[in-house]
Amino acid sequence: MEKSRRYAKSHEWARLEDDGSVTIGISAYAVEALTDLVFMQLPDVGSTVTAGESFGEIESVKAVSDLYAPISGKVISVNTELPSQLETLNDDPYGSGWIICVEPIEADQIDALFDQEAYDKLIGG
Amino acid sequence: MLQQTPLFEWHTQNHGRMVDFAGWSMPVQYSSIVSEHLGTREGVGLFDVSHMGRVVVEGDQAAEWLESMLTRQVRDLSVGRSRYTLITGVDNTDETVQCDGDPVILDDAIVARLANLEGGGHRFSIVVNASNRPRVVRWLKACLPQEGVRLHDTTEETAMIAVQGPLVFGRVQEGILEGPLRNVFSSEILEKVAALKNYGVLETEFDGKPVLVSRSGYTGEDGVEIISSSLSAVMLWERLLEHNTTRPCGLGSRDTLRLEAAMPLYGHELCETTDPFSAGLGFAVNVDGRNFPGADGIRIRRGAGGRCRVGLVFDSRRAARTGDHVLLSEDGTESVCGEITSGSFSPTSERGIALAVVDRVVGNPGQELEVLVRGTRLPVKVVSLPFYRRSHQ
Repeated sequence: MEKSRRYAKSHEWARLEDDGSVTIGISAYAVEALTDLVFMQLPDVGSTVTAGESFGEIESVKAVSDLYAPISGKVISVNTELPSQLETLNDDPYGSGWIICVEPIEADQIDALFDQEAYDKLIGG
Repeated sequence: MLQQTPLFEWHTQNHGRMVDFAGWSMPVQYSSIVSEHLGTREGVGLFDVSHMGRVVVEGDQAAEWLESMLTRQVRDLSVGRSRYTLITGVDNTDETVQCDGDPVILDDAIVARLANLEGGGHRFSIVVNASNRPRVVRWLKACLPQEGVRLHDTTEETAMIAVQGPLVFGRVQEGILEGPLRNVFSSEILEKVAALKNYGVLETEFDGKPVLVSRSGYTGEDGVEIISSSLSAVMLWERLLEHNTTRPCGLGSRDTLRLEAAMPLYGHELCETTDPFSAGLGFAVNVDGRNFPGADGIRIRRGAGGRCRVGLVFDSRRAARTGDHVLLSEDGTESVCGEITSGSFSPTSERGIALAVVDRVVGNPGQELEVLVRGTRLPVKVVSLPFYRRSHQ
């Protein structure tokens, strides 16, 4: 069964994995709203991301948007193939379109994020 | 409450993603900006540009009056021709416009000379930007002479549709009757439209009402812009779309198309205090022996050797945005040598492109520079404009 995702109000998702790491991406709603993605800048492995602060950029034809970390943690892996294949975000935003994986600083920080139902409500679904 | 064009309902019923553009609810895209852009480069793109301001100026003194109001010569414009001009004047937000004060560039516009009135008076059409229409109309009305010239803002009783792309007049081997315009005009009228040169205009009819067709556009492609009655707009739009090469396009792709064609956009390449000569718009001001508002101030700048407008191409897909600094690194020192006026990802070349105004010494094609994009220095190269030029004229 697919593990449950949690969401930040800035439309990033976070998923707690079996090994305690947290995978982070952006929601299908965000991808749809951005459209025409052309560029993405990601952090380096080993860097630290802070909840609510920018950890990268995503650029569409019309605008540049920050990617905000839904939780704080140390970056343990980065989907380095993604920037050259941004269409993956449209095709599989919760699978192969993952962006970074972090080792959380506070294990329960993820619980404060929206669950699926609350997020669906937020985006008017 | 946002203003709506006669096609508003059509847009909302057909996946138009509506945004506020200069007080109008307009579609930024229907599918994706990139696919609409490429569709216009390969086939035909249809754009609702009814938000643009449309003004008719007529009367016995109309030519003389416009000659005194516009930066471009008007008197020698023949019937059926149009040209790009700037409109200079005093920006006054009050209802009562003061005609004294320092004139600024209020807008850029296309002025077309229409057939004379039956009594012999002149008639002109002027198309201005949506964002500047209120102040331009206010200014022009305040400057109208007591008699001999009448001005009508026809924006809300008309619609304007741009039909743009290499297949507007059909595939070369098949001929003009195979393009989307065959769905709206008789073959006799279509022959006349196809015979128009760039910036030529034709007054004809659609749906029993007058339309103005001009061989012009804002995409770098061949095509026409049609001003029709607002009552006929949906029928005109749907008839054009029935053609299988034609697709609706939003303002998002209109902007990327015009940037590749290096066409100026008010608020970016020019604003109230822009020096037209530095902005690459010297052709739009005829200063010799003429006296339009602000002519003296503009005359002084000619030959003053300010900056120049250039195109910049990036290695990456990343785009600079308006206001980003252009940098020159030389002998270990770095200086700001210019500023981005418009930047975007270019769907045709699949990398970042930008228009910039830079110091003349670094304005030659091939010059290597850097642009500071959100804290990152990106290498760029100066190229000659436009970025995109259609192969078929």
